[in-house]
Amino acid sequence: MADDLQTYRSELRDWLAANCPDGMRDGQNGEAAICWGGKNWTFTSDAQRQWLENAASRGLTVPTWPKAYGGAGLDRAREKIFHEELTRINARWPLQSFGIWMLGPALLHFGTEEQKRHYLPPIARGEIRWCQGYSEPGAGSDLASLQTRAEDKGDHWLVNGQKVWTSYADQADWIFALVRTDREAPKHKGISFILIDMASEGVTTRPIRLISGASPFCETFFDNVKVPKTQVVGEINRGWDVAKYLLTHERQMISASGQAMFAGRALGAVLGDNQDASLRAAALKCEVDALAVGLTLERYKDMAEAGTGVGDASAMLKYMGTELNKARHEVLMSAGGSDALEWDGKAGSQAADWLRTKANSIEGGTSEVMLSIISRRVLGLPG
Amino acid sequence: MAKLVKTEDEVMLGDAARGFLGDAAPVSHLRGLRDGGATHDAGLWREMAAMGWAGVLVPEASGGSDMGHAAAGVLAGEMGRTLVASPFLSSAVIAATALKQVSSDRAATALAAIASGEATYALAIDEGRKFAPEATAMQAVADGNGFRLSGDKCFVIDGALADRLLVLARTGDGLTLFDLPADRAGITRSRTNQIDSRNSARLHFDRVEATGDDVLGQVDDAMAVLRPALEAGQAALAAEMTGLASGAFDMTIGYLKDRRQFGVPIGSFQALQHRAAHLWCEIEVTASAILHAGRKLDEDAGNATLAVSLAKARATSTAQLAVIEGVQMHGGIGMTDAFDMGFYMKRARVSAEWLGDYGYHAEQVARLRGF
Repeated sequence: MADDLQTYRSELRDWLAANCPDGMRDGQNGEAAICWGGKNWTFTSDAQRQWLENAASRGLTVPTWPKAYGGAGLDRAREKIFHEELTRINARWPLQSFGIWMLGPALLHFGTEEQKRHYLPPIARGEIRWCQGYSEPGAGSDLASLQTRAEDKGDHWLVNGQKVWTSYADQADWIFALVRTDREAPKHKGISFILIDMASEGVTTRPIRLISGASPFCETFFDNVKVPKTQVVGEINRGWDVAKYLLTHERQMISASGQAMFAGRALGAVLGDNQDASLRAAALKCEVDALAVGLTLERYKDMAEAGTGVGDASAMLKYMGTELNKARHEVLMSAGGSDALEWDGKAGSQAADWLRTKANSIEGGTSEVMLSIISRRVLGLPG
Repeated sequence: MAKLVKTEDEVMLGDAARGFLGDAAPVSHLRGLRDGGATHDAGLWREMAAMGWAGVLVPEASGGSDMGHAAAGVLAGEMGRTLVASPFLSSAVIAATALKQVSSDRAATALAAIASGEATYALAIDEGRKFAPEATAMQAVADGNGFRLSGDKCFVIDGALADRLLVLARTGDGLTLFDLPADRAGITRSRTNQIDSRNSARLHFDRVEATGDDVLGQVDDAMAVLRPALEAGQAALAAEMTGLASGAFDMTIGYLKDRRQFGVPIGSFQALQHRAAHLWCEIEVTASAILHAGRKLDEDAGNATLAVSLAKARATSTAQLAVIEGVQMHGGIGMTDAFDMGFYMKRARVSAEWLGDYGYHAEQVARLRGF
């Protein structure tokens, strides 16, 4: 077993040496360095294109997915080795996307065999980019009160309504959305999980400018959009189950992506010769907490692999990870002083990153919603 | 490294410990000791030794159960849950780990005495308000073939009852660790009244004689023996504190469900729900650092400092939060001596200071993380 893993590691190391281009080994994994893929994607360099193609050819854009759907079928031990080896050579992720983080896991769990074979490989190859249509102007933390509706027209669904905070909807090829398919049922029971081609007639998007200067989010409008019957995932009116499952993955993703930032650079290096005692104390607390949250992420992955359900406790990872990321960026801004106040309004500057973290504890369920989930479902306190 | 999930053996050990301690040493046991002016139950320690707990880190060759540091953490956690008063940390963890660093017949015999429960130890390091072993001032002056120790030690946990003392003193070119019988001529022990009702003492050394045989490890090189022992103790204490936090938390959650005000259980108020949920998150995160420190000590003890200090720092802040919230959420009853929460709060404060406080361990993290 240990020998097998050692062999895997050395083969992987050789493969990475030959196939991960130099330009993709700069350790950059911030927002500006992400390769999102999709039909509208413009590669920032040949190296980025090459790295995506090379990784996809071995299933390494989605290392744990089954090979039949474009993955590499890695178990947890090998996945860990893959991450370690990427980190060792400072490699960027070859591809990141909502398809990988969210829709993929939901399809693997709830999708039909036909849906898996149709939708998963293009995600793995970075050919189709997905966005998420959950929130609405009147349905934020109270997501289940959503009003966008899909009417059964016999051979298709007819979708009408508005979604908000649809990340990168203006860049995406497809959207997975929650729509109301039964207006009489209790609010959680009349929702379905539906897949819509953004090129369909009647779909329009409009970007929302944020305090960080960036516009990663959009409003998305559906005006008499026809959707084939085969594009509902899971049972009709049981979309809330899919959404809950997927939100669990989203929470893990959000806390994990925060964690990736802690792993690379300790806060001490950022402080340099700054001797401010209260700043140093704040930085040190962030460091202690980040290390412990990182270990918790590891522990929860180990628990999931051991078959011990994590379930609603993932709300803890989301809450702790995002609050920590906000605290860390406050420290970074303070360490940067007046230098950190200059920006060009683009993602990647310290100020823009700092402002962007403020959304971490809102998107995917606010910190307060996470605490309510924990108090009711984990601690069993009365509703 | 082994996974950050408890093994079947560790789960069984924890369940067995919880079952035993729930009957033999609930918080009322500590209360009984306090009310009777005692700090220790020799009978309870004999039973714990009979179950292999005193020898949890002692090699089987010396009669121990040799279960390792992660297992010691599991036991310590269960003891923390009900505030069990015993010399487990001083003897079974700290002294046993120190003695294991030395290969001699004398050390093997001492380890056997720990495992059987015949001998208990206390660690005498502190001389001032804060944990600072490197700043030790007590002198061990060369005298003939041996030494004469003079000076004072404070905050010696289990120091008033221990059969033997591990004493850190300054020798010619460094620090040396001595292993002395507590009744050696010239040692005066004064039991202190410590807030947690546990055993603790101040020690006065007046030209106490020590021979070369009394030196544990090498002269002027105490840290080779002491550092592993301290790290083992810090990790197990952190585990105890996390168990303490869980015990206080369970009590608080129970109260939130039972206590009614304004016609409803107070646990239905969001102001309390979110604080309870936050506390649960902190305990959950700290539990990861605890298990990780145990694994690290079992598998890569030479490089465990970061893992151990992380565990002690997190355990300290978490236990303190748990008892502060515990008292507040219980309201007036939380302030009464008749209620157990106060015992948790007092033990948490003592544990926060013992073997290095939050600041001490955060500084270790800072040093090892490039601050």
